[in-house]
Amino acid sequence: MKNKYDVIVVGAGPAGSTAARFAAQSGASVLMLEKDREVGVPVRCAEGVGEKGVLTVLDKLEPQWIDQKITGVMLYSPSGMEVKVDSKEVGYVLNRKKFDQGLAELAAKEGAEIITKAYVYDLIIKDEKVAGVKVKHLGNEYEIFADIVIGADGVESRVGRWAGLKTRVPMKDMETCAQYTAQNIDLDENYCHFYFSSSIAPKGYLWVFPKGNGLANVGLGISGEASKDKSVYQYLEEFMKEYFPNAAIITTVVGGDPCSLEQDEIYADGLMLVGDAARQVNPVSGGGIVNGMVAGKFAGIVAGKAVQEKNFTAKRLSEYQKLWHNSEGKKNKIFYKLKEFVYNMSDKDLDDTAKVILDLPMEKRSILGLFKSAMVKKPSLILEAIKVFT
Amino acid sequence: MKKIIYNRELCDFCGTCVGVCPHDAIELSENDLEITDKCTVCMNCVYICPIRALEAKDEE
Repeated sequence: MKNKYDVIVVGAGPAGSTAARFAAQSGASVLMLEKDREVGVPVRCAEGVGEKGVLTVLDKLEPQWIDQKITGVMLYSPSGMEVKVDSKEVGYVLNRKKFDQGLAELAAKEGAEIITKAYVYDLIIKDEKVAGVKVKHLGNEYEIFADIVIGADGVESRVGRWAGLKTRVPMKDMETCAQYTAQNIDLDENYCHFYFSSSIAPKGYLWVFPKGNGLANVGLGISGEASKDKSVYQYLEEFMKEYFPNAAIITTVVGGDPCSLEQDEIYADGLMLVGDAARQVNPVSGGGIVNGMVAGKFAGIVAGKAVQEKNFTAKRLSEYQKLWHNSEGKKNKIFYKLKEFVYNMSDKDLDDTAKVILDLPMEKRSILGLFKSAMVKKPSLILEAIKVFT
Repeated sequence: MKKIIYNRELCDFCGTCVGVCPHDAIELSENDLEITDKCTVCMNCVYICPIRALEAKDEE
């Protein structure tokens, strides 16, 4: 560890590792700091990704990163109707531990240094500009300087706050989540399963994402607005008791998913935020792996150019937010409207939508079709949905 | 006067409470959580915690 780098990345999730990889590739000296003892652990994630999205950032998916190939979704309505929709696109349930470690290794191969058990507790601010980080590592405290700090510190997003950015998530937009990875989950493993009901997951949904051979991630997220009377963990326990009484729990994780509108600014002088720290998840699905990687790529590229030009001003770094917005950010604004609509549907509305789709033959069903049926009384929203699903 | 306290036995150090705190009053490190005096007992952290590791208690 040196005491000065061109770029320091805080957090070694998919967004951080991708940013580190692209910054290092452009010739910048890069240090990535991970607070936990091991990259990729704990896995606070349902682990689902679409193939098309991942391959915009990676040349290929290594077989050991994939636990299960997915060919469609199975949706369960509040009254128990089962709606199967085959997907045009292939999806995967990842092994996030191996995947995250693989992404960190790709960054390392481009020359990025990585340190685990390195806890960043503050930023160094000089002349009102971000100038580095303060880090605790194995009992010692260090100040490490950098021209650019990339905050990839997840849902907490403290790096951004220290730099004066407003990263707080409104209660209604924070999905509080609990998940088991469990054995003896007997469902069709070619499908990701989603349960919608105010009694199972109010203002959210419950997922079962198969990982092969009977293993699956079973979890749910509910809005902070809906978790006052009962914790999300209690919802999970009740669901397991009723639906999978023979399940054996291998892992328990909890966490938050920031399903909010994009922040106004995700950059400052000498600073960029990526991934959950920048609130870049798809607000309707809560998925953030690919979005984090796409943002990481843009942030890494812009950091590399800024280093070459020796210009680290907010104005220079604003290119990153423009790239992100034109790629995924503008879609997320639409996804947020869809979320607001879907999360306010009554159980009866959900059942009615399920009925409409069930009457269609398999080849005529699609995710866009589902949204269209749900929003039949909101044609303006349908037009927006078409923009993000085609 | 009420005060927010956290239960170390329950806390998973996931950071969700930090994300919704309006006053930046929660300090989270590797394996510890601290509620600082910026706290106004707004209850956001109590309700958002997936596993109910935080609660409001009467100050002694």
